[in-house]
Amino acid sequence: MTTTTVDGHASDHDAHEDHGPEKGFKRWLFSTNHKDIGTMYLIFSLVMFFIGGAMAMYIRAELAIPGLQFRDPHFFNSMTTMHALIMVFGAIMPAFVGLANWMIPLQIGAPDMALPRMNNWSFWILPVAFSILLSTLFMPGGAPAGGWTMYPPLILQTGDAFPFLIFAVHLMGLSSIMGAINVVVTIINMRAPDMTLLKMPMFTWTWLITAYLLIAVMPVLAGAVTMLLTDQFFGTSFFLAAGGGDPVMFQHIFWFFGHPEVYIMILPAFGVVSEIIPTFSRKKLFGHDSMVYAASSIAFLSFIVWAHHMFTVGMPLTGQLFFMFATMLIAVPTGVKVFNWVATMWRGAMTFETPMLFSLAFVFLFTIGGFSGLMLAIAPADVQYHDTYFVVAHFHYVLVPGSVFAIMAGAYYWLPKWTGYYYNETLGKIHFWTSTIFVNITFFPMHFLGLAGMPRRIPDYSTQFADFNLIASIGAFGFGLSQLIFVLVLLTAKKGVEADDRVWEGAHGLEWTVPSPAPWHTFTTPPKHRIAVESFD
Amino acid sequence: MSEPRKESHRSLIFGLLTIVAGSFAFGYALVPLYEVFCEITGFGGRTNTEAVVVEEAPDPTREIRVEFMTTVNSYAPFEFVADRDSMTVNPGKMYFATFTATNMTESDKVAHAVPSVAPPAAAENFVKIECFCFNSQEFLASEEKAMPLQFIVDPDIPEYVDTITLGYTFYDTTSMASNN
Repeated sequence: MTTTTVDGHASDHDAHEDHGPEKGFKRWLFSTNHKDIGTMYLIFSLVMFFIGGAMAMYIRAELAIPGLQFRDPHFFNSMTTMHALIMVFGAIMPAFVGLANWMIPLQIGAPDMALPRMNNWSFWILPVAFSILLSTLFMPGGAPAGGWTMYPPLILQTGDAFPFLIFAVHLMGLSSIMGAINVVVTIINMRAPDMTLLKMPMFTWTWLITAYLLIAVMPVLAGAVTMLLTDQFFGTSFFLAAGGGDPVMFQHIFWFFGHPEVYIMILPAFGVVSEIIPTFSRKKLFGHDSMVYAASSIAFLSFIVWAHHMFTVGMPLTGQLFFMFATMLIAVPTGVKVFNWVATMWRGAMTFETPMLFSLAFVFLFTIGGFSGLMLAIAPADVQYHDTYFVVAHFHYVLVPGSVFAIMAGAYYWLPKWTGYYYNETLGKIHFWTSTIFVNITFFPMHFLGLAGMPRRIPDYSTQFADFNLIASIGAFGFGLSQLIFVLVLLTAKKGVEADDRVWEGAHGLEWTVPSPAPWHTFTTPPKHRIAVESFD
Repeated sequence: MSEPRKESHRSLIFGLLTIVAGSFAFGYALVPLYEVFCEITGFGGRTNTEAVVVEEAPDPTREIRVEFMTTVNSYAPFEFVADRDSMTVNPGKMYFATFTATNMTESDKVAHAVPSVAPPAAAENFVKIECFCFNSQEFLASEEKAMPLQFIVDPDIPEYVDTITLGYTFYDTTSMASNN
């Protein structure tokens, strides 16, 4: 890394340009390198994916047959609550932040993230937050069991774990906000010369929008949980009816955060598949600009639909109609995206490597989740669907074969750029097919269970639900085991064929102009603007 | 890092931190906004919790059934009942009803009843002139207390409403009262 630079860029940050990474744990603990921090985020999220996954396995084992199999119902409720918190804040969000750290500087030709020291903080807060959250499992009164939505007054009955839950959520929020600020500053200020906003790759674009969503709504969640904390310990009555508060107000504040949060977890996924589908279709992304406008509209609409999560609290008719139609409106920009992906593939010279398979499954299965979302948006019908397994089926379809598949697709797509070697394609394909088959066996029957009236968040159920539950449990165990194949892929990631710079024949974008594996420092001088623009075209 | 870049980082970060502070404040601002919203729309069955003065203007042509519902919070050691389940009223005419609560413990208690009206469209038209829910109620050990309600249904109530349900939830607020 002795690149001689114009404008004195070599002294850009610290003295790192002159030497490689530090040895041992210091490299990681004090890291300010976007690639190292990206790697730590990704590994952290994989660990959390398995911890949250183990809880899911407990849930499905308990539900495999009617009756109580293992511990008490309270522990079951703890498992559903913790599974959700860990998967949302510990697995999916950090995985996308990890991809952002790795790929955004490479995609826009920046030497690193704009705020490298803050980047270190935003990562290292996470292990602390999740150690606190997981430690609640061993506290008197057990882990939080009131659901990840933390509705009062139920959540106020949590035992000693309650303040730890609140502080863990505060820390997660802090980490997300810092990460988001870093992403915005990097994208706005550090793009290669002549890479105008509308020439940015889609993954970078969706992350810019996501980062703004995070900055706008994470503080609202922080406020809501702080109100819970003061209600419990400092005599306020924000949500206590006895003191003049209103528990329903918590639902409004929570979902004002919660609905944009849904798009925080899916917009980067849209970005990832928008990178992959053009590569393996060997065509430019169809309607790049309309994709940008669609993602922006989705982000805007996400702020005015929150009450569709609470149609059953008793809302005036005009309110129900407004939230119903606003919600259905989201199907329009989302439809634009889906049709653009399909149009990108149209008459393309398609090949089906693992990242492409995951992306195709994403388009297909995410759309199923989108359709069940439309069904739930219908206010009169929602009265029946509310709090049933139909809802569970819906959000797992958008989050597992949606977000998680997109993360997997991104990992396979960029893995050769990270390691310098092609992963084992056969293992990748086995991972894909087992995941896809089992994910449907797990979650598809839940639609039927929900329509038949099985409620969420119960450890035992009426016997007419037994068959579909057993099917779902078998699927869940299969899906869980399939993910071990991914670990095998990672362990053998450096045993394959060496990858060239471009890695994939049809890949375009600045990240493919740097060597594979990407050196510790890249773009210490900004790329020539003609390269930046042409490689995108 | 070159100076102009550092400068533009700084102003952008400042702007973003302002959004963060703004949305944290917005979360809290939702509390009074929600109060106002509920008062205007009757959302959540919100009804008046302070005495108001209303002119009587009875409309004998319309009859509306008013149902009373009493709930005791699971932590409140009280018995709480309405003296009658329902009554038929004319809009614009004043009526009286009585509720009885009993302290089931051997210690002094403070309690508070929180009202809610369904359907929400009727909430703003159900006007309480005097109500035990306006104040905290103090109970001696084992005391039984009859508590009055004086109300009027506003003749402006929408045509389609023929039944109004008035629900009260009874809370033990002894610890809150002693804190103050």
